[in-house]
Order: sequence, then structure tokens, then C-alpha cells
Amino acid sequence: MEVFAESASAFFIVIGGVFLFTGSWGLAKLPDTMRRLHGPTKATTLGVGSLLIASILYFVLLHEAAGIHEVLITLFLFLTAPVSANMIAKAHIFRNQALRETLPADAGGSGWATLGVPAGSHQPRLSGSLTDE
Amino acid sequence: MIAAACSFTLIAISVSLVLNVYRLIAGPDAPDRILALDTMVINAIGLIVLAGIMFGTTMYFEAALLFAMVGFVSTVAFCKFLLRGNVIE
Repeated sequence: MEVFAESASAFFIVIGGVFLFTGSWGLAKLPDTMRRLHGPTKATTLGVGSLLIASILYFVLLHEAAGIHEVLITLFLFLTAPVSANMIAKAHIFRNQALRETLPADAGGSGWATLGVPAGSHQPRLSGSLTDE
Repeated sequence: MIAAACSFTLIAISVSLVLNVYRLIAGPDAPDRILALDTMVINAIGLIVLAGIMFGTTMYFEAALLFAMVGFVSTVAFCKFLLRGNVIE
């Protein structure tokens, strides 16, 4: 049992390290922002997820110290990683006029919801309400 | 076996942080730099969890959780600033 727990933990630790490294390598290597988003958002959540599985196995099987913290970190990361990736993509679209002109028309006419106003008029407003995000 | 795996992952995360610093400095636009910072936070969380396994203590998980929250909020705040020119409107 102890050998199994150690092997499983070591396996997941190595997998986590490989995924974290791959994500950062993709961030450094890929040519533009939209492609660079792929590495960190997918590989690092898998990487941290593997490390947390390793941590759960290690502490539950070898130290009898089960904790809810690993599950909390996993839940939080899996909820927030898509949101931050979406925000970065929106900021990139908003700052890049040439990219914005190549996009197909969005359904609501709000310019891909980057400003809440029709595409073409990109004046930052001083006040806004939550309803037109 | 766990010690060897921890050493390997420690080196992998260290190289990842160096690559992130490269992107943070070289990134041609602001969203690239925000993305590099976000990835650095993820790598730091991995490092904290790894330290917890290496030292055999569950004490570090609160730190990792707080770090995850602060990293998420700062990323969203940076992007919000780029999008709207303001963080809290």
C-alpha cells in the first residue's frame, strides 16, 4: 500500500511538472497572443490539478491528514481560469483594431461585448452601469 | 521516489518561471504581460503545493488558496483597466 501510494504520488507530481513546464513553454514560444493563451489556460490548470491529486494521495494515504484545501484550490482554479482567459482575450481584441475588423458580426451588435457599445464607436465612457456589460 | 519526483518538478517549475519572466519582459503588448503574470501566479501555486508535499505539511494550502484568489482578482482588474480605462466604475 505504501509503495503504491508513493508511486502514484510521484507519478502525478511528475505529470504536474511536465504540464506546468509545457504551458510556460507554449507561452514563451507561440507567435501571437491568441495562440499564447492556449498554453497557460489549459496546461497549467491540468498541471496544478495533477499536483493537487498527488498532494491528496500523499497526505491521505501516507499521513492520514485528509484536507478540503486541495479540493478548494482545484475548484477555485477551474472556475477562474476560463474567466481570466476570456478577459485577456477581450482585452487583446479591444486593443487590436486590425483584429477587430476581421471578426464576423456578433449577435448583439455590441462589438463582441468589449465596450457594450456598437462596434466603430470606441470612446471609453466615464460612467457605466452593470446592465450593459 | 517522491524526493526524485519533487526535484524534477522543482526544476521544471523553475524553468517555467524563467520562461514567464522572459514573456513578461519581451511580451509585445499589455495582454501578453498580463498573461505572463497570470501564468507566474499559477506556477507559484504549483510551487507552494510542491513545497507542502516536500516538507510533509498541510500548512501551505491556505497560502496557495489566497494566492490563487489574489492572482485571479489582479488579472481581472488589469484586463478591466485595459477594457474600460477604469477598474471600479
